[in-house]
Amino acid sequence: MAFLLGFHRPGYTTMQAFIVKRLLTLLPTLLFTSLIVFASIRLIPGDVIDLMLSQNDISTGQDREIIEAALGLDKPIYAQYFSWIGAVLVGDLGRSLWKNVPVSEQLAATLPITFEMGLLALVVALSVAIPIGIFSAMRQDTGSDYIARSFSLLMLAIPSFWLGTLVMVFPSVWWRWAPPLDYTPFLEDPLKNLRHMLVPAILLGLSLSAVTMRMTRTMMLEVLRQDYVRTARAKGLKENVVVFRHALRNVLIPVVTLVGLQAPLLIGGSVILEQIFVVPGMGSLLLEAVFQRDYPVVTGVFLVVGVAVLFINFLVDLTYGFLDPRVRY
Amino acid sequence: MKASPETPMAREGSLLAVRELSVSFRSERGQVRALDHVSFEVEEGETLAIVGESGSGKSVTALSILRLLDDAGQIDNGSIEFEGRDLLHLDEPSLRHIRGDRIAMIFQEPMSSLNPVLTIGKQVAEPIRLHRKLPWSIALEQAAELLDRVSIPESRHRLKDYPHQFSGGMRQRVMIAMALACRPKLIIADEPTTALDVTVQAQILALLKRLTKELNSALILISHDLGVVARYADRVAVMYGGRIVEIAAAAALYKNPQHPYTEGLLASQPSLHSTPGERLQAISGQPPDMANLPPGCAFAPRCHYARAECRASRPPLEPVAPGHERACFGFE
Repeated sequence: MAFLLGFHRPGYTTMQAFIVKRLLTLLPTLLFTSLIVFASIRLIPGDVIDLMLSQNDISTGQDREIIEAALGLDKPIYAQYFSWIGAVLVGDLGRSLWKNVPVSEQLAATLPITFEMGLLALVVALSVAIPIGIFSAMRQDTGSDYIARSFSLLMLAIPSFWLGTLVMVFPSVWWRWAPPLDYTPFLEDPLKNLRHMLVPAILLGLSLSAVTMRMTRTMMLEVLRQDYVRTARAKGLKENVVVFRHALRNVLIPVVTLVGLQAPLLIGGSVILEQIFVVPGMGSLLLEAVFQRDYPVVTGVFLVVGVAVLFINFLVDLTYGFLDPRVRY
Repeated sequence: MKASPETPMAREGSLLAVRELSVSFRSERGQVRALDHVSFEVEEGETLAIVGESGSGKSVTALSILRLLDDAGQIDNGSIEFEGRDLLHLDEPSLRHIRGDRIAMIFQEPMSSLNPVLTIGKQVAEPIRLHRKLPWSIALEQAAELLDRVSIPESRHRLKDYPHQFSGGMRQRVMIAMALACRPKLIIADEPTTALDVTVQAQILALLKRLTKELNSALILISHDLGVVARYADRVAVMYGGRIVEIAAAAALYKNPQHPYTEGLLASQPSLHSTPGERLQAISGQPPDMANLPPGCAFAPRCHYARAECRASRPPLEPVAPGHERACFGFE
């Protein structure tokens, strides 16, 4: 495709051609995602009109038809999809059925918050997982290795919502301290913002770190058995140079893939933790919208999540090129 | 097994003296002895070939010298004296000063022995930077010269290339350049050509031989092929079942083998004088199971000359002629 588009002409590097090609292949995936997203929320029993009517005391069959027509829900589902996707393509995600504000406005308000939390969680996850994974591999089958592995298994087994609840409840009982729950925008007061966001981000990060840590450990053990590591040792290099200069980059190639695959978990986890820690992010928005069957909001959030997951995996593909010289675009 | 004064084992001033080296490995079947009281010397500038089949202990010998055995391997006994110091009793930092600087290694698989994510230049320059404490720029300059010496064309441009951009033979040249980087006194080449095409094998060995001669480095050349090393070795040690069964000057060993195993190996090689269609002689039987060695000579079950004595006790390595030792009770 890139060839047909002429990206191999001088002036375009193969890297640029790869990026364009890769972005183009995302389009069908995105279209398919939108279909699933659009249909899935409508499959949940109980529709939005029932909910709206149940909030009013007087309701007649006529009201139902009026509301349906007003919200555009009287048309067949495929017609609804086409008018929705048509609008999406020109950047209009529709309006909330309840609040009558544009979905894009709601997303603009909540997406940066969730993005911040996801980023913090990722930083926490990697800065826990990679050093402990390396450490654990270098001390294979010693006490500290067992402790590190048990810890990671524990983090994998404990649901973060439960851990979140514990963090909310116990410190307040024991030390009369509770994590702060009042959200401050980052640009207003970064410190205050971080104080609020850090606790859920750490919990989310720890739960993600478990798998990454095990992967890092396993891969490090694998790489340390490779012939080129023996070559490095035969040169007289110190063990930490062997590990960090010779082994680590080879270890990170599969680890980066894993981190990419964990992106949906990252977003899924933040939905719950935002709720517990009263973070007004996209997760809170989604949860409320699902309860209210606010179709445009739900589809809007899902679409953003879908794009984010695809984009993260696109970044993962690009990272390979930096880590592994054998990968050529 | 004790060295008597007139054996070459007692020679003074050898570059490397391995004495009574025993190594075992942990396995599911318990502790398996891989090397059993192996002794040999390497003189300065000399090429010693160690020949044997898989599992005979030749690679274990090579790795033991620099203490690069993996975690399952354990040195049980013996000493490895290099330039007057026992490598087995050195602490890690002192040993690291010897690795890559005084003693360098070349491994069997050029495909997997180079790090796929580091440039060739960096990998060749690394020991220079490490042991000579030179900045990268100068170390890379020297790396380019080394690549020239191993006949890699356009060496300066290729410094930035990665291993996958080189062929197998070229990679082994890179490995040789890396081993020569600090002008080591001893180079251990563990089956350096086994993974290569036959035509490339001879080139690589000739190159290795020429460069070690230029640097006056000693070379331990490990091979499973007695024929391959014939032209390059000054002396040859033949290993079987974790022991040296015969060691002698190359010419003497090829002309006048003193151990039935060596004799068998030589008889199994095609020569220019053999008639076409003639079958080569094979050594009957299977290589020994290292976890379950016979009580006597390890080769006895396959030996035509074996007597009751051979099955009962192990023959020690003893001189049969000046500079020629064998571990055999005698056969004729």
